Order: sequence, then C-alpha cells, then structure tokens
Amino acid sequence: MTDLMINGTRHTVDADPVMPLLWVLRDLLGLRGTKFGCGIGACGACTVHLDGEAVRSCVTPLEYAAGKPVLTIEGLGMHGEHPVQRAWKAANVPQCGYCQPGQIMQAAALLKQTPKPTDQQIVDAMSGNICRCGTYQRIKAAIHAAAAEAA
Amino acid sequence: MSTIQNLSRRNVLKGAALSQFLLGARIADWSPISQADANPADFAPNLFVSIASTGQVTIVVSRSEMGTGIRTSLAMVLADELDAGWQDVHVAQAQGDVKYGDQNTDGSKSVRLLLNTMREAGATARQMLLNAAARRWSVAPSACHTEASAVVLGAAGRRLRYAELVDDAARLPVPPAGSVQMKERAAWRYIGKPMPIVDLDDIVQGSAVFGIDVMLPGMKYASIERPPSYGDRVKSFDASEAMKVPGVEQVVEIPGTPPPSGFRPLGGIAVIANNTWAALQGRQQLQIVWEPGPNANYDTTAYGAALEETARQPGKVVRDNGDVSQALRTATKRVSADYFVPHLAHAMMEPESCTAVSGAGGCTVWAATQNPQQARATVAEVLGIDQSDVTVNVTLLGGGFGRKSKPDYVAEAAFLARAVGAPVKVTWSREDDLTHGYYHAIAAQHLEGGLDADGKPVAWLHRTVFPSIGSTFKADTVYGSAGELGQGVVDVPFDIPNIRCENGRADAHVRIGWYRSVYNIPHAFAVGSFADELAAAAGKDPLQYLLAMLGDSRKLDPRLLGSGYSNYGASLDEYPIDIGRMRNVVLLAAARSGWGSPLPPRHGRGIAMHRSFLTYVAAVAQVAVAADGTVSVPRIDLAADCGMVVNPDRVMAQFEGAAVMGLGNTLFSNLTFKAGRAEQSNFADYHVPRIDTTPETHVYLVRSDAPPGGVGEPGVPPVAAAICNGIFNAVGQRVRALPVDPVQLKAA
Repeated sequence: MTDLMINGTRHTVDADPVMPLLWVLRDLLGLRGTKFGCGIGACGACTVHLDGEAVRSCVTPLEYAAGKPVLTIEGLGMHGEHPVQRAWKAANVPQCGYCQPGQIMQAAALLKQTPKPTDQQIVDAMSGNICRCGTYQRIKAAIHAAAAEAA
Repeated sequence: MSTIQNLSRRNVLKGAALSQFLLGARIADWSPISQADANPADFAPNLFVSIASTGQVTIVVSRSEMGTGIRTSLAMVLADELDAGWQDVHVAQAQGDVKYGDQNTDGSKSVRLLLNTMREAGATARQMLLNAAARRWSVAPSACHTEASAVVLGAAGRRLRYAELVDDAARLPVPPAGSVQMKERAAWRYIGKPMPIVDLDDIVQGSAVFGIDVMLPGMKYASIERPPSYGDRVKSFDASEAMKVPGVEQVVEIPGTPPPSGFRPLGGIAVIANNTWAALQGRQQLQIVWEPGPNANYDTTAYGAALEETARQPGKVVRDNGDVSQALRTATKRVSADYFVPHLAHAMMEPESCTAVSGAGGCTVWAATQNPQQARATVAEVLGIDQSDVTVNVTLLGGGFGRKSKPDYVAEAAFLARAVGAPVKVTWSREDDLTHGYYHAIAAQHLEGGLDADGKPVAWLHRTVFPSIGSTFKADTVYGSAGELGQGVVDVPFDIPNIRCENGRADAHVRIGWYRSVYNIPHAFAVGSFADELAAAAGKDPLQYLLAMLGDSRKLDPRLLGSGYSNYGASLDEYPIDIGRMRNVVLLAAARSGWGSPLPPRHGRGIAMHRSFLTYVAAVAQVAVAADGTVSVPRIDLAADCGMVVNPDRVMAQFEGAAVMGLGNTLFSNLTFKAGRAEQSNFADYHVPRIDTTPETHVYLVRSDAPPGGVGEPGVPPVAAAICNGIFNAVGQRVRALPVDPVQLKAA
C-alpha cells in the first residue's frame, strides 16, 4: 500500500512500487487529465508537479511520489481559473488540446520559479513538451501574458 | 466533468411532423462519457439541430474534432442561420452513421462539404420557429424577424423565446429542401468572426475526453505485440512468463491480415491486464516466434536508391503539353535535379486508442477516429456481424493528421472485447505508433527544365516515383492514383509551353497512408525548389521569376491537365485553378516578409507557392545557417487564400501549426527501415519540432467571398521548398533530400 497526496487529497493505492505515477493517476485513480504521450519522458504530456517541481509522471515510479504532494491539472485551478489557464484561454492556445494539460503544468511550474521569464527562459523550460499541432507560438505568448497578469 | 454526448441510433418520434429525433445515448453509468442532458428534444426538424423546451439548442457535428476547431465552426454556421444565441448552443458529436453523409474527416473538406447543409438546417429551424410565432400572434410571418434565440414582432416589439415556441414549431410541417431563405452575408452574426472553441474550458482543465480517456466499469486494458515487419505472422508463442506479471489476466492472439491489410488489424499477441502498465509489462515477457513475411528485408536505403533509379528512366506519361523532348534539346540552358523525401510518421500526441464492449446486442466502441463510418464497417467485417449492430461513438481526437482515419486499432479493441467478454481499452504505445503506422510515402523525383536565351522556361519535365496509398488496399498497385498525381504534379500551374509529367513504378513494403497534405509534401518540395533552381539558372530574382512562371492572372485551362485531374473532388467550374489568386498570395507573402531587405551573412529568404485542397498558400522562410551547418528558421510568413472563412482565429491557428509541421518535415523528421523494421521508435529518435525550433510565424488571410477551400492541410506543402530555397539564398547550397543534412551545409 502506498499513500499519495494528490491535489490535497490523500489516496491509498495497492500497486507495484515501480509503476509509473502516470498509470496510477489514470488507471487506478481515474485522474485522466494527465496524458500519456511517449512513456520515456520525452514529450511532456504527462507533466505533473511533485513537491512543487514539474516532473514527467510516465517515468516517475509510484514509490518516489509516496508521501509528497502531487499536483495534477485537475487540481491546478478551480474551474480553470489559474492565471496560466486563463492566459491559455485568452490566447486560444489549444488546437486538439491533448498535450495542453502537460504544457500548462510545465508553464505553471516555470512561472512559480521564474515569475517574469524571458523568451529564452520560456524556450528552455518548455522544450521538453511536444505539441504536434504546433501551438508553440501561442504558448509563448500565453506564458508572457500570465506573467504580466501575475505582476 | 466534461461529457462527450453521442447520438444513439434510437428513433423516438414526438409529433407527427417529426422525422428525426436526437437523443443522447444513455451511457451515464459509463463515466466519464455520459449523456449531457436527458431532455427529450422537443423540436428537431432535421438531423443537425434540435431545440429543447429549456431553450437549449443542440447542434450535431458529424465531423471529428482533431484540433481544427470543426465542432465550433460547423456549430457557428448552423447557429448563425438559426439566429441562436451562442450561450444556448450545445454541441453533440454524431455517431458513425451513413445518414450524416460523408463523415471521413480528412482531405480538409469539412466546411466545404457541410457549409450549405448546416446553413439550410439552421435556416429551416428558424423559419419554422418564425412561422409558429406568426401563427401565435395571427400575423404574417413576414411581419416577424428573429434575434438571438427569439422571434420578434416588428413594430409591436413583442417577442417569443425559441424555448416558448418549441411545441408549436414541432407540429408544423418541415419546409421542403431549398425553399427557406438564408441570410445575406452582411447579416451573419457568427460566420467570419473569431470564436473560442467550444471545448476550450474542458481542455485547459484536463476534463476533455479523448479516446484514451474512456473508462467503462469492469474494463480491461490491452497492449498488443504486432508483427515486426509488415506481413510477418505468429508462428508460435509462449505466454507463461507474461501471465506471471501481477495484473495480467489473459493473453489473446489477434489473427493477422496478410498484406495488403487495408484497415484490418495487423494481428499479434495481446496482453490483457487490469491496468495499462501491467499490460505493457506483461507484453515484454511474451516469447513470440515470428514467421518472416514478404517485407522482412525492407531497407529504405536500398529502396530509396531504387526509386531514384526509376526516376531517371521514362515513366508513364500523366500530362503532356507540347513537345518536352524537343524543347529540352533546343533549349539554351538545361537544368536538372533529383529530389528525395523519406517516410514520415503522423506521431499525433494521442496514440491510437479505442475502447470497445461486445455482447449479444452487438458491439459498441468509443474511439478517437477521423472516420467513424469506416470504423463501423471495419469492426463489422472483423467481427463478422452486421454494421447495424455496431455503434461507433466519437471522442475528441488528440491529433489525427490522417492516421486516425484508419481504424485498425478500433477493430483490435472490438475483437478483444468479444474474445475477453468484457470492455477492453486498447492503447498503442509510442513505439507501436511509430513502428506500425500507415506511413507517408517515401518519394524520389527527377525534374528537368529548359530555358530560352532570355532565361524564360520553355520546357518542364517532372517525373515522380512513390508507393501509392492504393497499395495498402489492393495488391500489385504500382502507380500513383489520379488523386495522388493531382497533388502537385499534373496541376503544376506554370505558364510553360512544353510540360510533361510522368509517374514511375513503385511497390510498397509498409502500409502507406495519407499524412497531413499527403503527396503535396514531396511534390510541392520538388516543384517549389526547382522553380527556384530555374530562377538561379536564369540569374533572376526568385520572386520575380516565380511570378513570371505563373504568368498572367487567368484560370488555368483544364484541358492542359489531361482527363484524370480530380481537383480534390470539386468541380473546376466552382473551384478553378486561379492564377490570379496564386499571384496574389505570392505578392502578399513577399511584401509582408520584407523580401529583398538585407540580412546578415549565412541568412537568407526563400519563397514558394502551392495550391492544394483548393486553397492558395505562399510561404516565405527566413533561415539562418550556422557555421556547423545547423539550420534555424527565425521567421515564416504565410499568405493564404482559402476562400470564405468561418472562424478566422482557427484558420490562423491551422496555418500557424502547418508552418511548424512543415518545418519538422523539412529539418528533422525521418523514418527509416532496416531488415523490415522501423529504425525509430520514440521521440528520442523520431524528431518533431519543439518550441525551441518554432519560427516567429505570421499568417495573412486574403479576404474572399469565394467558396471555402481547405484549411487543415494546405499550409504544409510550400514550407519545405521555402526553407530550402532560403538555405540556397543563405549559403548557395541546394538541399534536394529531406530532412536537411547539416553536414552538407558546414561553412568551408
């Protein structure tokens, strides 16, 4: 049995300690906002916050997450009102939308650490997140907008 | 929690006049896909709209949403003619059913096919509501007009909300098709205005339901080991170790389909478990002995060389104007070049996924599919049941790009659900996606041109060789189809007196499929590059030379193209090849890009223009070639004329995305095979564009009242040639094979 603290709620799961957090969230707990994209930490679709840091849940073993606060897209903002989510909506960033929870979680972590990122800091922080629709230009604009709003 | 409302096949009639009734499928127990609203629709004059007594307007979208915004655009069109308030609109996703007409969401044709259908559906409902109000007030309908979700009696200022008219309207006869008045363009309230997509809130909250997100009670999770090369078969397998993995419950063999396998499953061994991770782990423990099939030696290096050899020989003539051989012989200057484009993979972010349940009543699937009717047909075929016993619910698609038109993965889920006797979700891994795709065709092309003493082109020879998509469905298909050759070969628009296009033989060793913009990718690359090469040979500015090659504004005479040109299924009367529109986008892109203004050393600009899917696009790429040969693209300017536009923001977004995907096709993406197996298997070795390689992209839409052309695909084709022409402009080196090899571009 592993105790998890996800979006402020305690969960106890009975699973292989090396099972990636992604599949614990999706299949065992039904939190499907976190997406599967590659399984090797190469695309960022599965990004969640672990102890406040953006991590790839597809390569994060369950045992590593035990006891630490996990934040997923479902817990980021009530009704999509986190500044990053608001900026995403204002810029109409998503096309298909599949990678966007991961992009948003990555961007939220960036802004937490670097409230006023430069273009280069955005590029550096977001280069691990693939969007096959190619919404990158709007992602960059939305992050700047969210940063401006928070200032 | 978001819902994907699907429409059941049940037909419940309320009111003698109603021919159709739409009811959300009662699947509330199968969270998260639940019925949005249990209200029986009170007024449903046609397939595409119903209005409830609550005032909710349900608009049925029959095309799949994979990021183009089609669920919003089609709803905008209908709501506009209905004069519905946008806040009252709810979008329901149609199930796969021929009653909706063509549902195959590819070919960039959803708006083109459905614009008038949706307009008329909305206008019909509006007219009936208006008639109902007029009767209530005992006035002539002409005395009334509509405002947002209400009928208003002109001078008196009396109004009735649509919600109050639902019962009356439902009793009225449906006006005959073609009899209702539609709005003048000036009166459109939504069409042509930027609107946020209807799924935006769900997407940013993580509650949007994609195929991979479907969850049913008692559902099992499957992962499938498929044949390593196309046509290999399972000789024997041992599942004993796999069964020891905790969570693994069963191992099931899926029968294979010998090539050409079409839309049917490739076959293989499926591991069924109580979660995805366990299924993946169990799969690693399978011991399978494969019987090598006919493609076990496929090697793209050897195959590519063979295509290039074929391209050097005369092929089947598919367009022939004047006398190219003679014109080349007598030309003052002759130029020739060979171009190569590799296999590409769709690599949409949501891999193939489908959930199915099968029982005595038939089979129901929830799938991220671009083509629900084909999914229905393929499931019926594989299960040996009637199509009427197959229900296909369409979720949101996490990207498609053509891959999700091919429902092999849907049939896998259906087969396994029946075999297991429980709901089954099939999820492809990224490795499955990249190594078992329907790949974009590898292609070799040979071009020759002849110039006269003034540098004017007098001869154009274009030979293209590629495995046809037809090979995936029919054995011994070795030539391109008319549609494939109409994607940038026979429709070459240049004003050159002698033009010959040829197609060489090529067989296929993998499943070949359509990938965003399809054969326009290799053809626009070769044609756009060769136009630039001719300009250089003539010593002219590429922009001026391109305009001269296009010639005067005119409609291209279709007789020049030969009889096989299909024009994307549209009539050439309604959608001619319009040289004026081509010139216009070329001039627009050039002007906005700063064409001709100075750039630093090893920077350059390239231009290319291509018409595809009935839309005209010109691209100017500004490129920088580093001393080590690395190419970056700081800026792309795209000018597009796609006719009338429904939702300009989503059209802009499609072109922004096309610039990025076109850049990836040019600089990174490359799928190769050795010993029958794909050599790339995940994003670590199959490279796609990321934010660090994204150009500053500017999109300019030409304002137009022309009928709507395509939007999803036509931005991609001109990008590769624009970038490679920019490389030539920067460093004087031609790139004729994709992806760009930086080694060739190193500073001396």
